[in-house]
Amino acid sequence: MTAADRGGKMLDMSKPIVAVKSVVIRFAGDSGDGMQLTGDRFTMDTASLGNDISTLPNFPAEIRAPQGTLLGVSSFQLHFADHHIRTAGDAPDVLVAMNPAALKANIKDIPRGATIIVDKDEFTSRNLTKVGYETNPLEDGSLDSYKLHAVALTSMTVSALSELPLTRKEAERSKNMFALGLLSWMYHRPTEATEAFLKAKFAKKSDILEANLIAYRTGWNYGETTEDFANSYEIASAHMQPGVYKNIGGNTALAYGLVAASHQAKIPLFLGSYPITPASEILHELSKHKKFGVTTFQAEDEIAAVGSALGASYGGALGVTTTSGPGLALKGETIGLAVMLELPLIIVNVQRGGPSTGLPTKTEQADLLQAMFGRNGESPAAVIAASTPSDCFTMAMEAVRIATTYRVPVVLLSDGYIANGSEPWKIPDVASLPDLSVEFAKTQENFMPYERDPETLARPWAIPGTKGIEHRIGGIEKQDKTGAINYEPANHDFMVRTRQAKVDGIEVPDIDVDDPTGDATVLFLGWGSTYGPIASAVETLRNNGEKIAQAHIKYIAPFPKNLGAILEKYPKVITPEMNLGQLAMLLRSKYMKDIVGYNMVRGLPFTTAELVEAAMGVLHND
Amino acid sequence: MTDIALTKKDFTSDQEVRWCPGCGDYSILSTMQSFLPELGIERENIVFISGIGCSSRFPYYLNTFGMHSIHGRAPAIASGLAISRPDLTVFVITGDGDALSIGGNHLIHALRRNVELKILLFNNRIYGLTKGQYSPASEQGKITKSTPYGSLDTPFNPVSLALGAEASFVARTIDSDRKHLSEVLRQAAAHKGSALIEIYQNCPIFNDGAFDQVKDNETKDGSLLQMVHGQPIKSATTGVIREGASLKLVDLDSVDESQLVIHDAHDPDPSYAFSLSRLSGSSLEHTPIGIFRDVERPSYGAMVHEQLDAVIAKDGAGNLEKLLNSGDTWVVD
Repeated sequence: MTAADRGGKMLDMSKPIVAVKSVVIRFAGDSGDGMQLTGDRFTMDTASLGNDISTLPNFPAEIRAPQGTLLGVSSFQLHFADHHIRTAGDAPDVLVAMNPAALKANIKDIPRGATIIVDKDEFTSRNLTKVGYETNPLEDGSLDSYKLHAVALTSMTVSALSELPLTRKEAERSKNMFALGLLSWMYHRPTEATEAFLKAKFAKKSDILEANLIAYRTGWNYGETTEDFANSYEIASAHMQPGVYKNIGGNTALAYGLVAASHQAKIPLFLGSYPITPASEILHELSKHKKFGVTTFQAEDEIAAVGSALGASYGGALGVTTTSGPGLALKGETIGLAVMLELPLIIVNVQRGGPSTGLPTKTEQADLLQAMFGRNGESPAAVIAASTPSDCFTMAMEAVRIATTYRVPVVLLSDGYIANGSEPWKIPDVASLPDLSVEFAKTQENFMPYERDPETLARPWAIPGTKGIEHRIGGIEKQDKTGAINYEPANHDFMVRTRQAKVDGIEVPDIDVDDPTGDATVLFLGWGSTYGPIASAVETLRNNGEKIAQAHIKYIAPFPKNLGAILEKYPKVITPEMNLGQLAMLLRSKYMKDIVGYNMVRGLPFTTAELVEAAMGVLHND
Repeated sequence: MTDIALTKKDFTSDQEVRWCPGCGDYSILSTMQSFLPELGIERENIVFISGIGCSSRFPYYLNTFGMHSIHGRAPAIASGLAISRPDLTVFVITGDGDALSIGGNHLIHALRRNVELKILLFNNRIYGLTKGQYSPASEQGKITKSTPYGSLDTPFNPVSLALGAEASFVARTIDSDRKHLSEVLRQAAAHKGSALIEIYQNCPIFNDGAFDQVKDNETKDGSLLQMVHGQPIKSATTGVIREGASLKLVDLDSVDESQLVIHDAHDPDPSYAFSLSRLSGSSLEHTPIGIFRDVERPSYGAMVHEQLDAVIAKDGAGNLEKLLNSGDTWVVD
């Protein structure tokens, strides 16, 4: 399908068009330059062309770090291709740098031969000095091995807007749209969607709208007319399964999954949450969906957030709390109460760099052991993890299935990478979603609040308002069946084991191993957001003739039943984790299997190249 | 409403009550069990949620729904329940340590939001369950296990704290005065929104006699400043008059009764109730008793549901298929 068929803007493209298979672009600028928006729009316009895409935003924790400094650089990386891709790409083919700081902060990631587009107006001696450039890199030859385009982005934007009643500063703000227009020309992105987006966004500010539209079109036209750009590029649609798609980020997918689960369970969703990066977006998204009966309660703190969710769950709602690592630490005691009360509770932890405040806007997987064990006593909770942005939808529904079936707290782990990253999502047919209907205890004689279902070991979900089953529960140890306070040694031992057995017995799908030849001896085994980089590395290795198997764990407590057999089958297992080996520790202790860890804790996802190298080491060197 | 009138017995659970002999909690429990039938609410629609502490065992002894939760968090847990289930009547049972120390944050936020919770704060000015450390309500200089040289902390006045937190209903009563306690419970139950009731409660083991000043026949009438809406505020010996923007204690002998402040629990200005709360110090010599404040403002749960209903009335009930397919989508054939 051509761009024209998809309603793309037809231009009289007078320059040669080069077909490429995939491109990685990184937009970088000051955190106030609108790079995230620019990247988002390019992504949307790209998705609609049917390319496969994967994105990775990277921004500082400071909302507005000092202008023009390295600390304030914000970037958005986007990988798009005519084939299936798994990551946002290791190394950009194109860097758009809106100022010297953006160039300096990113140049180390840019391979020689790549294209660099800079706003040359920003390369003033003052700005250069601010980031420690002694000479102007645009002139001193240090960028000779790149395809450098020094474009007067600011001044061309300002002069294009000279007719509008705007101050220079206001006019300059549209330069990100100039850059977007230029890149849209280079890669033949359709412009209608972005124009419609701008019209909606600035509906009440006609001057600003006009400025953005003019800057956007000027950028496009500049690409078409200037001699600086000799070619434009075309990337064919990727072959994807038929269906309706949208580009979705992990946090949005997770919120949709919760709404869908509440719909399928036919109970109202109650979210108790306290704002925290990078999880707040889920609160924002869910707060929009009141028409689905969703209550969002912005609590006074993390503890009240989970407490209110548990209270709502006690009343028969779908109690959910969303947080990140430091918040999970605060919620520990209440999760322990949920373990004891045996009520459904969903705790979403969008992991970020730790410990303590750590790296709030960066990704990490170092809360796994906290999710597993971060409570007093023998306090088992189910722990599951999403592997990609769109998988957050599926795993949110899974979290609800497990919590409501087994009346246990479920910790759903996501992380900054998949929360903020995005990919095309084949929108599921609502009719195909699982039925998650719940059953509450009914009026009865001699009600026993801790009498268990023999199969699931779940106790009844006995909600207030049901006549004849009034009962008292609490955090103190309870007698089996009656739920009365009980301190007897044998009873405590029995209850501790029973709560563990209940979690151990949760039905989870078997894990699939991807081993095309069936005789690989090395297994790449990951969990969570490392799925993309691992799959990408596996693909590269196989293209190079290597035999390697891949499996990905999404259910950690309990592990899938066939995991032990899989570990036994492969002599060597490599597990990359963005921590110091937390899954590896669990695997070793449960299965007595040695695991080769590949551990990096940089706040960034793995690159394909480093995982390929790590695997090559295991495949050949020892 | 119930079909058949319930009795105290219907609200008494089969659990053996395990407070220390002579504990003030017994009389509060007994008064509550006697009072509940009066509400005319079915047992299954009443929930007691407590935190941790001696008083927090309370829910076990009532044959309603109940949850003995964790230290300080009862208002947070109860908020989630009360907001999502406005059909229920939710009581929070807490103590001075539970509510004012570890759970202080949840208490003030529940009150400011006006969540439909009736919060009974059993104040014995001591930590009982942990065997006798000072509490945030203990008087300065108090000798306890953790303060052998005397506590240095300035205590909270729970009523002042609640008023500062924008509470719409605040009262004080005494464990042993069944009639007064019942009346306060009655008014709190009739109030829409959150209610904070401070109950002076004697701990015979670790802080015996803490409230003798307002309980002993010899001293109580002269110490308790009775607050009855529409009546002058006074004790047997002392009255309350206005002095500038503030309130002042005077000997009843020195003023004409017509000069005394006529109590207005519905005064929209919270500084009036706050001034009343400041009349008492740790010594209890002049202790206002009754309802400090009872003003109407929308309850949080009601507003939450109004907002949900309003959105549905305006936009229609949610359509999942539409939500999932919203925004920029494309078709792959």
